[in-house]
Amino acid sequence: MRSRIRLAGLVAGVSFLAMGSAKAVEIEYWQYVFDTRVQAMDQLIQKFQEANPDITVKHVTFPYADYQTRVTAAKLAGQGPDVVQLFYGWLDNFVAGELIKPLDPAVFPYEQIESEFFPIVSAMKRGDQYYGLPTAVRSLALFYNKQLFQEAGLDPNKPPQTLDELVKAAEATVKRDGGGNMTSAGITIAMEGQDHQWWREVLIRQNGGQPYSDDGKQVAYNDEAGVTALKFITDLQTVHKVGQAGFMDEGQAAFRAGLAAMTIDGTFRLGAFANNPFEWGVTELPANAEGLRSNYSSYFANAIGATAEGEELEAAQKFLAYISSPEAMELWLEVVGELPARKAVAMTEKNLADPIYGPFLKGLEYAHTTIFVDEQAQRQVAIDMANRVLLQNQDPAASVAQAAQEEQAILDRFYKQ
Amino acid sequence: MATIARQAGPAESAGLWDRLSIRTKRVIWAWSFLALPVVFYAGIRFYPTFQAFWLSFTDWDLLRPATFIGLENYRRLFADPLFWQVFRNTFTYLIIGTPVSLVLAFVVAFYLDRVRFMHGFIRALYFLPFLTTAAAMAWVWRWFYQPVPIGVINGFLGMIGIPQQPFLRSVDQALPAIMVTAIWAGIGFQIIIFMAGLRAIPSTYYEAARIDGLGEWAILRKITLPLLKPTTVFLVVFSSIGFLRIFDQVYNMTTNDPGGPLNSTKPLVLMIFQTAFSSYDMGYAAAQTVVLFTILLLVSLLQLWVLRKRA
Repeated sequence: MRSRIRLAGLVAGVSFLAMGSAKAVEIEYWQYVFDTRVQAMDQLIQKFQEANPDITVKHVTFPYADYQTRVTAAKLAGQGPDVVQLFYGWLDNFVAGELIKPLDPAVFPYEQIESEFFPIVSAMKRGDQYYGLPTAVRSLALFYNKQLFQEAGLDPNKPPQTLDELVKAAEATVKRDGGGNMTSAGITIAMEGQDHQWWREVLIRQNGGQPYSDDGKQVAYNDEAGVTALKFITDLQTVHKVGQAGFMDEGQAAFRAGLAAMTIDGTFRLGAFANNPFEWGVTELPANAEGLRSNYSSYFANAIGATAEGEELEAAQKFLAYISSPEAMELWLEVVGELPARKAVAMTEKNLADPIYGPFLKGLEYAHTTIFVDEQAQRQVAIDMANRVLLQNQDPAASVAQAAQEEQAILDRFYKQ
Repeated sequence: MATIARQAGPAESAGLWDRLSIRTKRVIWAWSFLALPVVFYAGIRFYPTFQAFWLSFTDWDLLRPATFIGLENYRRLFADPLFWQVFRNTFTYLIIGTPVSLVLAFVVAFYLDRVRFMHGFIRALYFLPFLTTAAAMAWVWRWFYQPVPIGVINGFLGMIGIPQQPFLRSVDQALPAIMVTAIWAGIGFQIIIFMAGLRAIPSTYYEAARIDGLGEWAILRKITLPLLKPTTVFLVVFSSIGFLRIFDQVYNMTTNDPGGPLNSTKPLVLMIFQTAFSSYDMGYAAAQTVVLFTILLLVSLLQLWVLRKRA
C-alpha cells in the first residue's frame, strides 16, 4: 500500500516537472574548455537568465582538441547546439556541413553589424549573409623584456617602432657564451607560433605584396614581396644571428624564462605572461621604413545552430544578441582579457591609454584576417618554408615558390568541392 | 554446463530441448557463452575495420555525406611525395629499430642472467622505462635534446669541447634521436622476455656441452640461439609491429611541428592522425589506414615465414 502511494507521488512529481519544462525553453551553448572563457560565459549566462527567466541556457564544453569533431558528431546524431562557438577559420566547413544557419537580418540588421563591429567581422560573411558574431577579438603585438633592454643599455620605455629598430634592438640584447652558443635571444623565431601570421599578413604587405588574391582563392605571395618578407625572418637567424628557431623549445617559453628580449605574440598570451618574474611591455608591431603598419586579427564567433527552430530559435537569437552586446564585451575584457569586437566598446580613451591593451587595440584598426581553409595544413606549409631555408640552406625564392605551390593545392582541393 | 543440461533433462515434458543429445546441448551452451565476446569483437573490431575499407573509396569529410570515388584516394596517396617520405621514415624505424633493440636486449639479458649481485634491482632498472607513460618520457627526452641553456646532452658536449648538435632541429639527426628514445623505452620488456626464454632452456644441455668440451661461443651458437628461436620470433614480430605503429614518441617530441622538421620524423600513423583529425579528410585517412594494415599484415606474415623456414 505504502509503495503504491509513493509511486503515485513519483508520477505526480514527474508530470509536474514535465509541465514546468514545457513552459520554459532550454537552449544549449557550446564552447571549448579554456578556464577564463568558461568563467566569463557562466557569468554572462547567469545575467542573461536573470533578465529572461523563461529561458535556461545549458553550458556545454569540450576539450579544444575534440571540439570540432564533437560538433560534427552531434550534427550526425541530430542533436546539435542552439548557439555554438566557432573559430572564424572554420566557417566554410561549418556552413558546408550545415552545422549553423545564417543570422536573420530582421533580428541582426546587417548594416548595423558592419557599422558597429570592427571590419574583420566580414570574415563571418558568405555571399550576402552573416553567419555569426564575435564577442571578442585578438590581435598581435611585440612583447619586450624591459629588464633585458635596460641591461643592454636601451631605453626600456622606447621599444622599437620600425623593422630596422627591431633588428638593432635584437642585436643589442642577444647574448652568447664563449663558444658562440646563444644563451639569450634578441628575438624569438617561431613560425609554428605567431611568426607565420606576421609573415603572411604583416611583412608581405609591408613589402608591397599581398598574401592571397582578393577572393582568397589564389596564393599571391610568390613574388618579390613574399621572398623579402621570408628573408627578413630567416635573416634574423642566419645573418644577424639574433634568434634561433627552436631556442628554449618554444618562443613563448624563452620569453617567459627571461631568455628572449622580444617576441611576437597575441592577446591570448597575456594571461600566461601576467606572472613573468620581470617587467615587460607591449608595443605595436613595427612599421616598415615608410611607416606602414599591419596586423593579423583572429576571433572566435558565436553562431546559431542549424537545429534551432521555433521557440528555441527565438531564445537562441536573444542569447546571441546578449553575448555580442557591449555589456558582455566589457565583462569579457575584464575576465578573459580579450578585446571587445565592437569599435565603440573597444576604442575608449581608457582602453587606448592602457599600456597593455592600447597597442593591441591600435593594431585592430589596420588588421587583416586570413581566410584559412585548413589552418593546420596551411601553417605547416609556412613552417616547412622557413625550415627549408634554415636547415637546408635552400634559396628563399625557391622555398617561397614551393610553399606557394603546396598551399595552392590545399586551396584548390577545398574550393573544388 | 553439462550438469545444468542434465537437470533440465528428466523427461516429463518432451520439449525441443530434451530431444537434443548431450553433445548438441554442450555445443549450444558453449556458443551461447562465446556469443558475447564474438558479438563484442564483431561490433567494435571487425565492423569498423570493414567500414574503414569502404571509407577508403569515398571522400567523406565528416560533414558532407560520403560519395564513392573509387580508387581516387589511393591514386592521390601514391602520387603524394609526402607519403613516400613517410613510408621511408616508417621503414627506417622498423629496419634499424628492430634489430638494434633486439641485439641490445639479448646482450643485456644474456649477461644479466649471469649476474647474481643485485640481480632483481638491475632488472627493475631496465624494466622501469617500460612502465612509464610514453608521453612523459618523450617530453623528458625532448628537453634533453635542446640547445645549451637547457639541454642536458648539449651541455655535456659543450663541457668536453664538442660542438653543439641540433638533434631534433635537424633533418638528419631528428629521426635517430627519436629512435633512441623508442628503443630505450621498449628494451626493458624485451630483456624480460629474453631472460624468461633463457631460463627455460634446460641446464642439462649446457652441462652436456661443457663435458664434451664445447667453448662458450659454440654453446651460444649451437644451443642457446636455436632454443631461443620461439622467443626471438615472438619479439621480432612484436617489436616490428611496435615500430611500424610508432606514434607517441614522435608526436610528443615534435608537437610544435608534428613529424618535423620537414617531415623527417613523420611515421605513417602520424600522417593518418593528421589527415583524419586536423584536415578531417576521413576518406583519404582511411586509405592510408588500409595501406598501413596491408604493410603490417605482410611484414608479420613474412617474418613468421622466414623464421619458421630456418627452424
